[in-house]
Amino acid sequence: MTRTSSITPSVVRVAMRNKPYTFGHDWRTQTELHSMLLPGVFFIIVFHFIPLFGLLMAFKNYDPTTGIQGIFTSAWNNFQNFTWIFHSYQFWPMIRNTLGINFLGMLVGFPVTIGFALLLNEIVSMKFRSVIQTVTYMPHFLSWVIYGGLVINLLDPQSGVVNYLLLHMHIVRKPVEFLADPQYFWPLAVITGLLKDIGWGAILYLAAIAGVDQTLYEAAAIDGAGRFRRMWYVTLPSILPTVMIMIIFAISGMLNNNFSQIYVLQNSLNLSTSQVIDTYVYQVGLQQFQFAQATAIGLMKSVLALILLIGANFASKKLTESGLF
Amino acid sequence: MVAGKSFGERAFNVTNVMIMCILMFLTLYPFWYAVIGSLDSAQDLQTGPVFLWPRVFTWASYREVLNDPGLLQAVWVTASRTVIVTVVSITYTALFAYAYSRRYLKGKKWYTAIGFISMYFGGGLIPTFMLYNWLGLYDNYLVYIIPSLFGGFWNVIILNANYKSIPDSLFEAAKMDGASELRIFFQIVMPLSKPVLAALSVFTAVGVWNDYGTTLFFTQSSSLQTLQYLVLKLIQTTAASEELNSNLNPAVAEILAKVQGQGLISSQTVELAAMVLAAIPVIVMYPFAQRYFIKGVLIGSVKE
Repeated sequence: MTRTSSITPSVVRVAMRNKPYTFGHDWRTQTELHSMLLPGVFFIIVFHFIPLFGLLMAFKNYDPTTGIQGIFTSAWNNFQNFTWIFHSYQFWPMIRNTLGINFLGMLVGFPVTIGFALLLNEIVSMKFRSVIQTVTYMPHFLSWVIYGGLVINLLDPQSGVVNYLLLHMHIVRKPVEFLADPQYFWPLAVITGLLKDIGWGAILYLAAIAGVDQTLYEAAAIDGAGRFRRMWYVTLPSILPTVMIMIIFAISGMLNNNFSQIYVLQNSLNLSTSQVIDTYVYQVGLQQFQFAQATAIGLMKSVLALILLIGANFASKKLTESGLF
Repeated sequence: MVAGKSFGERAFNVTNVMIMCILMFLTLYPFWYAVIGSLDSAQDLQTGPVFLWPRVFTWASYREVLNDPGLLQAVWVTASRTVIVTVVSITYTALFAYAYSRRYLKGKKWYTAIGFISMYFGGGLIPTFMLYNWLGLYDNYLVYIIPSLFGGFWNVIILNANYKSIPDSLFEAAKMDGASELRIFFQIVMPLSKPVLAALSVFTAVGVWNDYGTTLFFTQSSSLQTLQYLVLKLIQTTAASEELNSNLNPAVAEILAKVQGQGLISSQTVELAAMVLAAIPVIVMYPFAQRYFIKGVLIGSVKE
């Protein structure tokens, strides 16, 4: 076909209207499209679907020396891997740490992040506002290795700034072992997580706030509502659907910890409060080579996470009539 | 904003600005601390923490780190995988999303099903480990590349939503003129999707640059260590050396061996210098990337 100037978009659209079902359905176009999709589907099958067969290990007496065939040939073991997990002395502490860190994180993270977004929205000078945003987004893009390393250095009992200040302001009498003392790990994980991602987490809320109907504020102002009341009675209810969706996400992720964060801050001394499901899978599976048990823990986690997601979505639909699906 | 405002209003403004300043200080100070700590002499750092400026200024820690062959190797591994994965995966994912977004694609619902299942179900760490092992990717440089070549269905959804803003008439006209789908993609879709492609590239590049899990899970040779992993090992060794002498990672041991018995550097100053160096590419890229990623985070949140 040669290029003809007479074919304009409108002509094409008229032509389309007459023959809506055949456009692009020619053999050549379809072959081209499907061959574009083929490598991606191949990747999904190899890297997402084939590992699903590995889940069989969770129900079997799998011996890592038997390789891939062993997954299929080893004997079923009547949920012994699961009873092994439940009887492990690390099991309940690990569940408590996973849920505790995440729950504490939500309890602190949501009000503080939303509060930050609301306060940021009240900053009048646009220039100052964008400076704050630029600064607070930055840590999100740095790795947990770097951020965690900074935290470890700042909290060091001998050379850290935090302990120096605490000592010289006579708040404590001897240096606090923030990383070696298990009682500090949960707050440490929550506060560092919050400081690293507060700015980033506020983006969605800021976008939601920007979408609030301005006439609502005018009406509230005429009714005599001050700045604080407008925030409380207009802005907050308007962004509630966004908040609900974020809460659903957070609840469905209750069993997921940020592996890269926890692993950096973890050490042998604080393990009693820092061992979470994800780090436990790594330890049992790749350090102790108990593949079957590690797979069983992972599978259990995925199933529970799915139940949590469906449950949270259901609750949200009942309460606020907005949900994910 | 001065006249006519009540006292309460002004007090609110002042408090608000102060809160924001404190938050910015808390965000920035740790990075500043790493910079000054790494530029201070180790002997001096032993006497107490530095606060705003190094007391005994020295480049020794940086000289040490930059002369270390293990670290240069790590920089090479990290940088090469970041570039390769970002370029290939963004280009291919955009192409995949284009084919997927065509309304006349037959069997589209099958692709949707496969894509969504891949987003919610996976084998987890151990089955993935076994697969990589089986494919010969374990302890192989390619483990950094091959599994990441396709950007995943989540990116496809974002791109698909974005392609909707391109007017249909453009595609129809090109098609009538006999352009192939591949040509439409490269000559129409890609140039018109620059902002979203830039945003996704930033996310991908940062994710790859910051990743240390792949090294931790799927490699063991010290020649395959990434920069983040090496810094992690430095942090862990510094922390551990205060308590006990554990088995050292060879690359880390090499760095630390030279440190012993010198006044200017210590494992701590070397660690801080390595952290600063590992952060520099992200911090340098950050101002350029900023205008894209805010758009990026919002397109990801569009609910259909």
